[in-house]
Amino acid sequence: MTVDDAAVVRTNTRLSGDFSVLALDARAIAGRAEPGQFVMVKTSPGVTPLLRRPYSLFEILRDARGTPTGFSLLVKRVGVGSQLLYDASPGHVFPCLGPLGRPFVLAAAPARAWMVAGGVGLAPFAALAEACRARGIRPTLFYGARTAAELFCLDLFERAGADIVLATEDGSRGATGRVTVPLEQALAGAGAHPPLTLYACGPEAMLKQVAALAGRHGCASQVSMERLMGCGVGGCYSCVVRVRGAGGESRYDRVCLDGPVFRGEDVVWD
Amino acid sequence: MDLSVRLGSLHLSNPLIAASGCFGYGLEYADVVDLASLGAVAVKGLFLTAREGHPPPRIVETPAGMLNAIGLQGIGIRRFLSEKLPELRARGAVVIVNICGSTLEEYVELARILDGEPGVAALELNISCPNIKEGGITFGCNLGATSAVVGAVRRATRLPIIPKLTPNVADISAFARAAEDAGADAVSLVNTFLAMAIDVETRRPLLSNVMGGLSGPAIRPIAVRMVYECARKVKIPVIGIGGIATARDVLEFLIAGATAVQVGTASFVDPFIWPKLLDGLRDYMDRHRLARLADVIGSLRLGRPDNDGPTDCCA
Repeated sequence: MTVDDAAVVRTNTRLSGDFSVLALDARAIAGRAEPGQFVMVKTSPGVTPLLRRPYSLFEILRDARGTPTGFSLLVKRVGVGSQLLYDASPGHVFPCLGPLGRPFVLAAAPARAWMVAGGVGLAPFAALAEACRARGIRPTLFYGARTAAELFCLDLFERAGADIVLATEDGSRGATGRVTVPLEQALAGAGAHPPLTLYACGPEAMLKQVAALAGRHGCASQVSMERLMGCGVGGCYSCVVRVRGAGGESRYDRVCLDGPVFRGEDVVWD
Repeated sequence: MDLSVRLGSLHLSNPLIAASGCFGYGLEYADVVDLASLGAVAVKGLFLTAREGHPPPRIVETPAGMLNAIGLQGIGIRRFLSEKLPELRARGAVVIVNICGSTLEEYVELARILDGEPGVAALELNISCPNIKEGGITFGCNLGATSAVVGAVRRATRLPIIPKLTPNVADISAFARAAEDAGADAVSLVNTFLAMAIDVETRRPLLSNVMGGLSGPAIRPIAVRMVYECARKVKIPVIGIGGIATARDVLEFLIAGATAVQVGTASFVDPFIWPKLLDGLRDYMDRHRLARLADVIGSLRLGRPDNDGPTDCCA
């Protein structure tokens, strides 16, 4: 069930001049949400911007009894809409449509879940890490950014019991280079048991490489795709990604309905 | 209160139609809107066969609007009839099938296939998509071709036929007249305005197709003008399309002469818009003591105003 929830800003934690974590109270969405799903956020009541913006659910927020009460979004300031989210104050209301899209599929324990995040691609993973912990799966986060100052929210993942492997392009923290460098090293010694799934979100070149690494090392991969979206519910056919069907034929699927999470091997990469 | 309107032989419970290309095959929205509560649903344009559409990016936002170049991705008429139409019928939707062809014969073939198909209320002829090279708009930009395709479809079906007109012509009302003369039951207008946007950093077009169609509130005043011009020139009903986002906007088109309207881009922004629009129409009827919404159609008042200045601050 999709709802249009009047989400109220609880906190807006600025992580840097460009990034923030926007926590919103939105029970109707939170109560139905699963890791990997997204919301369409109306960032302004008027026509600037006109369309809603898709955002992955970063955390699913719960009260002391564990009841979902809201969610947070990892916001990177890139345009008019994200600027309004970055600037938002507590109490501000953003209409959010959701929860939308197909979530990550978690295996039953014993299993291994390795999350691979590039930059703002960290966006769907706090909720996934928490879901792993709840299932008795100890997750690992491979997280890359340009520089140490752009590695955010590690405490959330530590709290979820995640092992954390970092990489920065300038070598200021963790491995030097892209996050796929330490990922590839880890895969080389990973072994086959328990079953391993790579969950990836980030630049498309990174997703492509994660899918290829998964294929080479015999593990599963699930990639969260990003596209410009019109509606978020399947009406406009704007957000397509080329995938290969069961019969080998390729077609355009909608990221909003058929994704955003796809099996890595199904995506036809550019 | 009576919100019903008539498009020739087609009776709609209210004037709100989900615009083709903006509402999938309708079923995508079954979760958020009671499809039977809409006047009608115009489904995504269908060719005889499936089409892949353009590569992404297919959409870009512009001031108070958006450009799209989807390229008529679609499942083709046969899959529509087997996979979509039965459920649309079961949900009580009044279904307008938007048909597209590369040749006149393809429009005729589609009309024949759909003629007598239970659950199809009318055909909208897409002769105005700005985003594909073959067919479509080549019929809509030439008076003789418009006349020929409408006439040929007229002879192939008893269903009401509604050519959807492009605004990318010098005088749209001439095309409305040509459609009427060739046997159309109504005309719908406007499709999107051919437009373009460029990323100045990379100097690349923002759409893979380079050009796309502009929709949204940005085009509304032009669409209102075109509906006004067409409604004065033809006797058949005009369906108004272009940037409608509120009940006030619906009324603006009706007063300009539209008998019904289509809503597209605004339902992207708010898929729950439909009951809000109906509530707004009822509120207007209440305030203006109107028993029948149809009484506002073409009710534009010209000449000396009764008082000073506008009262509609949303214009």
